[in-house]
Amino acid sequence: METAKLDRPVYLDCAASTPVRPVVLDAMMPYLTEHFGNPSGAHRMARSSRAAIDDAREVCATLLGFGPHEIVFTSGGTESDNLAIHGVCGPNGIAVCPETEHHAVLYPVESHNGRLVGVTSDGDIDLEHLEAVLDEDVSVVSVMLVNNESGRIIDLDAVAEVRDRCAPQALLHTDAVQAVNWLDIVNAARRADMMSLSGHKFGAPKGIGLLAVRNQVAVVPQILGGGQEAERRSGTHNTAGIVALGAALQCLDESRESEIARLGGLSERLASALTAAIPGCFETISQSQRAAGILQIVIEDVESEALLVLLERHGVMASAAASCASGAMDPSHVLAAMGMERTVAAGSLRLSLGWCTEDWEVEHAVEAIPRCVEQLRGAS
Amino acid sequence: MSGGVDSAVSAALMKEQGHDVTGVTLKLWGGPQDQGCCSVSDVDDARRVAQQLDIDHFVFNYGEEFDRHVVSPYVDAHAAGLTPNPCIECNRHIKFDALVSRAKKLGFDFVATGHHARIIETDRGLRLARGVDDSKDQSYVLYMLTAQDLSMLRFPVGEMTKSEVRELAHHQGLRSAAKPDSQDVCFITASEGRTSFLSDRLDLHTADVVDVEGNDLGTIDAVELVTIGQRRGLNLGGNADRTYAVHVDVPSRRVVVGSAQDLLSEQVQLADHVWADKPYIGPVQVQISAHGNQAAGSLTANGNVQWVDAHRKVAPGQAVVFYIDDLVIGGATAI
Repeated sequence: METAKLDRPVYLDCAASTPVRPVVLDAMMPYLTEHFGNPSGAHRMARSSRAAIDDAREVCATLLGFGPHEIVFTSGGTESDNLAIHGVCGPNGIAVCPETEHHAVLYPVESHNGRLVGVTSDGDIDLEHLEAVLDEDVSVVSVMLVNNESGRIIDLDAVAEVRDRCAPQALLHTDAVQAVNWLDIVNAARRADMMSLSGHKFGAPKGIGLLAVRNQVAVVPQILGGGQEAERRSGTHNTAGIVALGAALQCLDESRESEIARLGGLSERLASALTAAIPGCFETISQSQRAAGILQIVIEDVESEALLVLLERHGVMASAAASCASGAMDPSHVLAAMGMERTVAAGSLRLSLGWCTEDWEVEHAVEAIPRCVEQLRGAS
Repeated sequence: MSGGVDSAVSAALMKEQGHDVTGVTLKLWGGPQDQGCCSVSDVDDARRVAQQLDIDHFVFNYGEEFDRHVVSPYVDAHAAGLTPNPCIECNRHIKFDALVSRAKKLGFDFVATGHHARIIETDRGLRLARGVDDSKDQSYVLYMLTAQDLSMLRFPVGEMTKSEVRELAHHQGLRSAAKPDSQDVCFITASEGRTSFLSDRLDLHTADVVDVEGNDLGTIDAVELVTIGQRRGLNLGGNADRTYAVHVDVPSRRVVVGSAQDLLSEQVQLADHVWADKPYIGPVQVQISAHGNQAAGSLTANGNVQWVDAHRKVAPGQAVVFYIDDLVIGGATAI
């Protein structure tokens, strides 16, 4: 078996997770060491933690287009999505989302008499179908700004317009976990009543995220206890994580525009090189409709599960559809919703870039992926 | 690597022999809450053992293939009144077909599993043989493996007794050292049971129970669940002379019961043979269930088994495997 000789793996799985940025690590370290006081306490050491949280909250609020009191820190994207949906759906509430949502939205929605909205073959939400399922009984509509598998960008303004017309009482939530890297988030999410973010997708550690909630929205807490986060999410604050989240968002905001250009170029290079080099290889979403750094391709007559093993042997870390609890790859529900045949969707590969991606990684992948595909096809 | 002790020790032995080993667990069935095979806890055990051995570990999802090649045929077989052996179909289509062909594509030289069986070099090529531990021998469920298949396979624990396997696992501190052996059909949980599993997937029909002279003896709830040779669940009270199902006729919804004598047969009709070499005619030892005893028989020119002493009937659908000494000569399906 060939094992690539590389200083470090080629990491093209930034939509799954990113490393903590060095500047973020520096910012959070003091809150893992000397400033360890519980921010809910009354003494000086508590207050220093509290001040750091207040600072981070203001940074996050400003950069997201919300007010400081509208930020609820959570453990990450999944908790934020659950809080948004469970928190505004009463026992008889109805939740609505597209079929292509992340399971962190899909499953909570399904638990509230969920109504699922179809998508078009290019991954866009079917607005006519949305219109048809909305009525005065719907409590919340949740639509992801950028799809985590396909990278498809959704126009949330158009969704909000349908909501305003057909179910004005319904709240609009967006899972912006991927989008925050790739869109002018203040503008793209301006119509959202609630928005979920997850720190580890943009250079903060795992275990920290937030739900931004507009002031007029009452969210019923799902975790009860000490009443932190204005009674909306109890549990001792993750001070270091919150500081990291603020610092990472700051970095992201400062570099987003240039990174979109840089990583968009690399992603385009990947897409054009791979579709040219591999027969029967195509992008699931066209360049103009997807996030700059999330490229999903489908390779005919290849099982992505096998391809991923071989790519790893060649030093390339990537992913296909979402993983299930056992670590096995489940067939993509996103591509299925887009009407793609299961046998074709079984050859999907997601190559996602982020702040840590370097040019040489893309060049290595451009060489390695066609060779791996050739090996798999040649042996069959 | 199933998460059990045999595959864990197999991986350890292959690594010890100097191979570049990668662990693979097959996800075939069941969700996170499932207690049966391929449950999350089994995958956890396999992954943990792989970590202990410092080898890579992957989970391959063959759920759709398993459903197509194993579960659906299992249900269809019951609907037709047959007695299927899903482990054999899983070996035939999943482990030693889909998995092995993927391993080849990925450039691996061998696939090693934790089966208790041996691969023996003979002057006519590689042959499958019984494992050293008689009580754990699994050659019966592997009879479909040809010499060509065997060239890509390794069964490292086939040379060991189960207690030696456990001892080695214990010695190496492997997490699964004391894990109980898996039992029965992996996709049917003890809590749900076969009846409930099948009734969710096919229509079960009431049937008349008659004796060999055709006298009505009563009815049973589900003719699709009756197997030839079955004694329990025939709703016959305590009549000791008529307690075996000797014939099951699903289309006419009829089960014939009779004495132990009525259950005997001189011959087993067979189809779908797999031969280790060329078709064999002559005396062999015959095994008709996974952990059953063997009995003396003879393979006829048309590939059926003629028993030396009259033998209880073999349920249609069951695998029948032929041995000479420890070597598997071939196998087929009873019709």
